Amino acid sequence: MAERAALEELVRLQGERVRGLKQQKASAEQIEEEVAKLLKLKAQLGPDEGKQKFVLKTPKGTRDYSPRQMAVREKVFDVIVSCFKRHGAEVIDTPVFELKETLTGKYGEDSKLIYDLKDQGGELLSLRYDLTVPFARYLAMNKLTNIKRYHIAKVYRRDNPAMTRGRYREFYQCDFDIAGQFDPMIPDAECLKIMCEILSSLQIGDFLVKVNDRRILDGMFAICGVPDSKFRTICSSVDKLDKVSWEEVKNEMVGEKGLAPKVADRIGDYVQQHGGVSLVEQLLQDPELSQNKQALEGLGDLKILFEYLTLFGIADKISFDLSLARGLDYYTGVIYEAVLLQTPVRAGEEPLGVGSVAAGGRYDGLVGMFDPKGRKVPCVGLSIGVERIFSIVEQRLEALEEKVRTTETQVLVASAQKKLLEERLRLVSELWDAGIKAELLYKKNPKLLNQLQYCEEAGIPLVVIIGEQELKDGVIKLRSVASREEVDVRREDLVEEIKRRTSQPFCIC
Amino acid sequence: MAERAALEELVRLQGERVRGLKQQKASAEQIEEEVAKLLKLKAQLGPDEGKQKFVLKTPKGTRDYSPRQMAVREKVFDVIVSCFKRHGAEVIDTPVFELKETLTGKYGEDSKLIYDLKDQGGELLSLRYDLTVPFARYLAMNKLTNIKRYHIAKVYRRDNPAMTRGRYREFYQCDFDIAGQFDPMIPDAECLKIMCEILSSLQIGDFLVKVNDRRILDGMFAICGVPDSKFRTICSSVDKLDKVSWEEVKNEMVGEKGLAPKVADRIGDYVQQHGGVSLVEQLLQDPELSQNKQALEGLGDLKILFEYLTLFGIADKISFDLSLARGLDYYTGVIYEAVLLQTPVRAGEEPLGVGSVAAGGRYDGLVGMFDPKGRKVPCVGLSIGVERIFSIVEQRLEALEEKVRTTETQVLASHWWSSSVSRSSRTGSSSSAQWPAGKRWMSEEKTLWKKSKGEQASPFASAELSKLSANWDWHYLRLRRLCIYT
Repeated sequence: MAERAALEELVRLQGERVRGLKQQKASAEQIEEEVAKLLKLKAQLGPDEGKQKFVLKTPKGTRDYSPRQMAVREKVFDVIVSCFKRHGAEVIDTPVFELKETLTGKYGEDSKLIYDLKDQGGELLSLRYDLTVPFARYLAMNKLTNIKRYHIAKVYRRDNPAMTRGRYREFYQCDFDIAGQFDPMIPDAECLKIMCEILSSLQIGDFLVKVNDRRILDGMFAICGVPDSKFRTICSSVDKLDKVSWEEVKNEMVGEKGLAPKVADRIGDYVQQHGGVSLVEQLLQDPELSQNKQALEGLGDLKILFEYLTLFGIADKISFDLSLARGLDYYTGVIYEAVLLQTPVRAGEEPLGVGSVAAGGRYDGLVGMFDPKGRKVPCVGLSIGVERIFSIVEQRLEALEEKVRTTETQVLVASAQKKLLEERLRLVSELWDAGIKAELLYKKNPKLLNQLQYCEEAGIPLVVIIGEQELKDGVIKLRSVASREEVDVRREDLVEEIKRRTSQPFCIC
Repeated sequence: MAERAALEELVRLQGERVRGLKQQKASAEQIEEEVAKLLKLKAQLGPDEGKQKFVLKTPKGTRDYSPRQMAVREKVFDVIVSCFKRHGAEVIDTPVFELKETLTGKYGEDSKLIYDLKDQGGELLSLRYDLTVPFARYLAMNKLTNIKRYHIAKVYRRDNPAMTRGRYREFYQCDFDIAGQFDPMIPDAECLKIMCEILSSLQIGDFLVKVNDRRILDGMFAICGVPDSKFRTICSSVDKLDKVSWEEVKNEMVGEKGLAPKVADRIGDYVQQHGGVSLVEQLLQDPELSQNKQALEGLGDLKILFEYLTLFGIADKISFDLSLARGLDYYTGVIYEAVLLQTPVRAGEEPLGVGSVAAGGRYDGLVGMFDPKGRKVPCVGLSIGVERIFSIVEQRLEALEEKVRTTETQVLASHWWSSSVSRSSRTGSSSSAQWPAGKRWMSEEKTLWKKSKGEQASPFASAELSKLSANWDWHYLRLRRLCIYT
């Protein structure tokens, strides 16, 4: 036993060592070595079958949804799904795991965050990391050349979750994508329209949608003199401009990433700019940028986009922002990101973005990676970051002290005296058969007070009370829980009366 | 390269060897050994990073849902969820994986069918095998003593899928459970009422709900003389009576499982019986069974249950069936299973059950396994087997030649539409704005479509539609809209 305890201690220490190395971002080989040592030690401990430990937790980075959280979630999904449907999208679903090979090579550095399944003698599987790669696989598999689809499902990433900040390892994504070869920028504009409709309907405050284009970024870096090999890493520095100052970003680019200061300055001249379509016009006239073919393409498309966005009535919510870089792995054209704006503390200050709630862009090359003949299917889409929205809506409901019901029960069937279970069962069955949402307490002889209290706690608006005398008279008491007003209703009229009261828009129960 | 090809061939052969052993149900150690060999060979092959193979398939036993299948699924879930809500259930959700320890020791022999996640240096995880164990974990974790909840989600089992028969490795379960200490049989009766409401609303044909009780089964085996050690295995033989004859079942019990023939005969006297509450009464008078305390408890509760089911108006759908045994691992009381009935080929024959579509029962000991102090929370619940129902509904829709709506686009921004806007006065709309007129137009269409559905199969023959306009263009557009709508 002492042996085992010592072994368990070694496992614990080695586990901490591994965690420490990961935090320090040690080299991949070093981490792998220490993980292998850890696995060996664990193997020595032997299997744990039968030992009943009382593990009362969900895995790290995951959580249950309580009924209250489900009610919030349902409201949010309702808004999102009706918007997707309003725009004519079909819906699909895919398995929670894919063949490991399907996900391999699609996520760059983030590949280490993929959950693998154990090799149990069959196919090698991994949990999906997003909904975009499964979508591309679906298109190629079914040889589809065009579709407009939405997909709402959970995805899995072995992140270091900061759960207080809403970062989970299992979380929902709501994706909408348009695949197909179409005339330029119309579907792209519709995606932005959808994003704006959803964020407005959710009533989570003012927002701003930043737009940029990968070709403009690439062109910009080229004319500033960024070496090709540094494109990605400079991109991720530039992307930080929404959180830190230009000085800090410049220091990182020059100090850490070895960029020539002059080049950094030239980048600075561009990326600190943001504006509307006038900025697009201005850059189209820029003597250097207009010499770059890629940048011209990007700017030309953005000009068309802004025309469509104006026709869609949302141009005032869109900002062409040269610092928007985003994870550019598979994006090939326009990219966008929506941020919520905090009301400024002092008048005259610009609103501060507090983090993105939705994002997307065009990715024309992904499906081609799945097609044996490399046939391309251009795609553009968006993803709503609902976990953040859940928190915001939950907070808002708490602040308003709005009571969120977790059931939809309309009537409780109650009894005033003992030995009335039979009547309650008969009556509640009648209500169910008539489509009325009803409950009864699972007690043979419940006290009336307890039954009324149950209604109050659950927010049930109506209660029918069966009483001995009323039974003889052929009536039932129908009571409004809120107002405590009671009427006698004839048994045969009860269903009708309940339906009448519950069908009115503002329940006058 | 030839080396690699040879290695790949070895891996393939070893993989087949492993599969063969599993099919023959070889010993666990033997299988483990061969799997270890397979893993070693694969490790020699090395990692496959970067090599772009065109793998265009979903994993074995899983499938995508196309828009059409999603439309079917949505219809079915709508029926089920409204029933759960009508009965006052809350809804919860849990993660797709649990700590491996949470699932360990809960599924008996089926434990080998659990999907494990790779040990990547953190917690050991497994994909959930059902929704009941996560529910028990949720109750214990939140120290809840009563709740009425439903949960609709996918579960994962490394079965040998027979996909033509609708057996998948990833599939939906719709669970409804009532947890809490209550007066006997009321929640149990409500579960059966819910099952009947759902199966009726889905309109997938006639069905029957078989009911039994674990205590009755245990008591029955005891008085027949089944040794305690053989209870489970005899149970699973008896459970096959819905598919095979009594002779076959008896042969298995006596021939394969070493039961004394006399004991088998005595079991046979009981388990071939099924009926209504009168059978319960009869067994309560049975000289031997009534001596067994457990059986008496079970029979007493079933009697109360039948009273409540009569008040709920569903007693005619319920059959007390002594051969219903089900996977009894965590059930402690009443158990039930709903089967669809095939219309008999010849008149006078009894309808044949074609497989279960829903099941459940009472399980009072599960939550206690999670509570550090072993505190019990009694539970009763049901699970709807929706995958079978999806197939049936899909087939039914095809048979009726109904087109399933896959989009809810109300207005086609098309040339046709713009030419019909000028005719909008016929629908009573004077507005030339597209969206509002479209909505009103569609709702009138809906009314007409519903009416015409009742009269004849084809909407085109509806007299009311042709009344609307003699103009061919107008009529064509409306017909086209109906096609899309339906």
